Amino acid sequence: MEHIVIIGNGISGVTAARHVRKLSDHRITVISGESDYFFSRTALMYVYMGHMKWDHLKPYEDWFWEKNRIELKKAWVEKIDFDNKKLQFSTGDSMDYDKLVIATGSVYNKFGWEGEDLKGVQGLVSKQDLIELEENTAYTKKAVIVGGGLIGVELAEMLRKREIEVTFLVREQAFWNNVLPLPEAKMISEHIRSHHVDLRHNTELDKILSDENGRVRAVRTSDGEEIECQLVGLCAGVRPNIDFLKNSQLETDRGILVNEFLETNISDVYSIGDCAQQREAIGSRKPVEAVWYTGRIMGETMARTLTGIRTAYQPGNWFNSAKFFDIEYQTYGWVWPEPKVNEQHFHWQHESGLKAITIAFDTETREFLGINTFGIRMRQEVIDLWLNKNRKIDHVLANLKLANFDPEFYDRHEDEIFRSFKNNLQEAE
Amino acid sequence: MSRIEHNMSLTGDAPSALNTQQKLSTLLGMSGLFILLLATFNLNFPNKTLWLSISLISVFAGIVWFAKASYADKHPGIKNDGIWFKSMTNRGFLAWLVGISLTGFYIILYLYPQYLGLRAEGDNTGLIALFDPFSKLLSGNPASQWFVYGTLYTIAILAFGVKFMWKYRHNRYEKLRTVSVMFFQTAFAFLIPELMARLNGKGFSLPYYDLKNIWPLNYYNFEQYRVDEFISAGTVGMILLFFGIASIFIITPILTYKYGKRWYCSWVCGCGGLAETAGDPYRHLSDKSLFAWKVERWVIHSVLVFVVLMTTAVIYSYLGYDADKYWLNRDVFLIAVGVFLTLLFAGIWYFKREELEKDARYGAIGYLVIIISLIGFHYMSGSNLFLFNAETLRVAYGFLIGSIFSGVIGTGFYPIFGNRVWCRFGCPMAAILGMQQRLFSKFRITTNGGQCISCGNCSTYCEMGIDVRAYAQKGENIVRSSCVGCGICSAVCPRGVLKLENGSQKNRISSEEAVLGDNVDLLDLIKQKSN
Repeated sequence: MEHIVIIGNGISGVTAARHVRKLSDHRITVISGESDYFFSRTALMYVYMGHMKWDHLKPYEDWFWEKNRIELKKAWVEKIDFDNKKLQFSTGDSMDYDKLVIATGSVYNKFGWEGEDLKGVQGLVSKQDLIELEENTAYTKKAVIVGGGLIGVELAEMLRKREIEVTFLVREQAFWNNVLPLPEAKMISEHIRSHHVDLRHNTELDKILSDENGRVRAVRTSDGEEIECQLVGLCAGVRPNIDFLKNSQLETDRGILVNEFLETNISDVYSIGDCAQQREAIGSRKPVEAVWYTGRIMGETMARTLTGIRTAYQPGNWFNSAKFFDIEYQTYGWVWPEPKVNEQHFHWQHESGLKAITIAFDTETREFLGINTFGIRMRQEVIDLWLNKNRKIDHVLANLKLANFDPEFYDRHEDEIFRSFKNNLQEAE
Repeated sequence: MSRIEHNMSLTGDAPSALNTQQKLSTLLGMSGLFILLLATFNLNFPNKTLWLSISLISVFAGIVWFAKASYADKHPGIKNDGIWFKSMTNRGFLAWLVGISLTGFYIILYLYPQYLGLRAEGDNTGLIALFDPFSKLLSGNPASQWFVYGTLYTIAILAFGVKFMWKYRHNRYEKLRTVSVMFFQTAFAFLIPELMARLNGKGFSLPYYDLKNIWPLNYYNFEQYRVDEFISAGTVGMILLFFGIASIFIITPILTYKYGKRWYCSWVCGCGGLAETAGDPYRHLSDKSLFAWKVERWVIHSVLVFVVLMTTAVIYSYLGYDADKYWLNRDVFLIAVGVFLTLLFAGIWYFKREELEKDARYGAIGYLVIIISLIGFHYMSGSNLFLFNAETLRVAYGFLIGSIFSGVIGTGFYPIFGNRVWCRFGCPMAAILGMQQRLFSKFRITTNGGQCISCGNCSTYCEMGIDVRAYAQKGENIVRSSCVGCGICSAVCPRGVLKLENGSQKNRISSEEAVLGDNVDLLDLIKQKSN
């Protein structure tokens, strides 16, 4: 019986622990300094908005861990002695391991802005960040959010629900335009503004200004404008949480470098989740992916390797989802912000400005490459099949009904989408 | 540590302040209730028709106006902001105030209707007298406490139904099913039985019959006085009597097979109707623990056994002994009940045994043995059927289950235990429909591949206390006997993971934990390993 130690009780680490337990009798310890029990990080916003309480974030009841003989240790790991297979905790005590899985997740980016360490300046990734946000926003009437990504728009929604005025600085010409095609990005920008967020495109943060108590009082933008605020949300992306591993034998780049089997350069040491960086990118995926389901798949894959069935990490077709205030977003396959060579985008938007679809396809082979949907739910199973079978755009449009996953009695738009596509083609020819 | 975990959601500023229109509408609705309160304390209103109209219209308009002030100027979408910050919806002072008032009202309604002004002899007084003109308008008879209750109940479903539709105006499933419960409450539970009473006259009398209220929810439907009335009312009566029997044995199984138990529980039923409308603000208070689920299964099926025993005993008690007079005598009836229950049990055991949990198997065997041996015991000893006198059983059921459980606890404690306590723990009708849904239905909630982020909105807002997330995050469909198909889990899901569907029974239940994402190779590997 080996002692498998997992640093990090997020979705990756906990999934690995659960599946190791299913497959074996090894001793399992999960270490976290952040929280007593696994919780759903993606739902932090709902606690702040009063939709849920902290206990609702825990996917497993507290008795689950003992029943499944998964030992939990609340501590921060300060140093790892890889030669002697020993962890050093910040409290001074230590722990031996036979196999080690590092699943420490992400922290939010700071890019060396002047004033980024002032009081009232923070991101939103961890439980501690949420606690800090509660404390900070007790005094906040105006806030500035920096960086137009998924956490940024969530933070904007959270703050608006507490009647805090929000100015949202976004580098791109429309919201998340580095990921979304322009028509969709513009639609989302409109929607964000309709929720009374002062959204500023093509605007970056220059520096953060302090009051006499070391607390933020304003920011200055790249245009030189000064915006008064009591809170600055740093939402310009996240990076692997690996600072405690710097200057060790472990090979790192942005994240901990792993091969397709999630193995690091040190034997019996593995890394999964947001903090892992693939040495060889998988398909068109980024080498570091901070996505919920990839963490889960890595955790399952890891458990197989740890229990003797060495298994490569294969995340399958890219997909993801998000919600921008009231508009749900799903994506399957690859829809780039600008079509690549031999690619074309077909875009349809509903007159309400709340629903849209973009389908990417190959102009030569007419092969279906990917789809973005807004305000329309799609059935992953069906789209996955289309992607795997290299279906043509014509097949996809003719069968789009099969992929609809909206609740019963919702308005259907497939016919309109189909007509729109045919008209577009005729115009193009 | 626990300090922070417990306080976190309560430290921030709640967006809880009422706007001016909400305050004014609260004033309007409360003044309507105040008129009713004055009448209860025997303030004799000079013009009852006028004052009753003012009162009921104020209550209705107050609620609708409040809903408009709450939702009309907001974007369509999920409206759960601050639910856990508010006293009213987080078991705070207001919640207890409402809970205690409602509970008190139910106790008086069921046990002491004389305090509402019910008089056995002479004219009604107090609150019930205020409703006399309205009752006479509909049925021609003076009001009873049940008429007062029915009127208020209907107004609650209508007004809070409007509120619910405003809240979920982006979701047509929610709007349609709310229109449906509003219609069935107004027409079937309230107007039709009152108007039917007008037909009663010389030598013709039908029992008060809400056609959508099916045995065993309507546990008194086959009591002697009702069956006598049905039979003596000739063809119409016999049609109604057979409709009552067909409802539970034919109509219900077919509809539940096609659509799941939601066709009844969240589209038709009056208890469900009140829970989904007036009770909606409390849906998140249901207990999601595994322990609560275990309690639920034992309690609700025990109530079902109780109602079967009680009804069997009651029918048995008024049937004749003599086989020559009428084919349905006591022996035929008892044997038929025994054979039916045994066949039902054998069928489930044979076809669906592997789908039953261990405690469900023990429970099913245990209860069957108890019922059959009670019947046998009766034949051996000749004592009372089921040890107790039928009348004792009937009165006990009516008091314990019919009044205390469904009314006082089920509705009175909405703000404390959530809005579906009765439907989840008590309703024997829900137990039957649930068995059909779990074992023989096309209905399920489909999980959308690997999109679940385990956020927990679905579980939090499940009024039946189902831990929806536990299934969704594993990629499993949700097939649970208690699910009433309200559709809120699907509505609150931020990632489009859940969909209520009627589909093929193949692959309806995925028992093995699905591999998440769409990793085909990994799936193959697992299959290889399990072979």
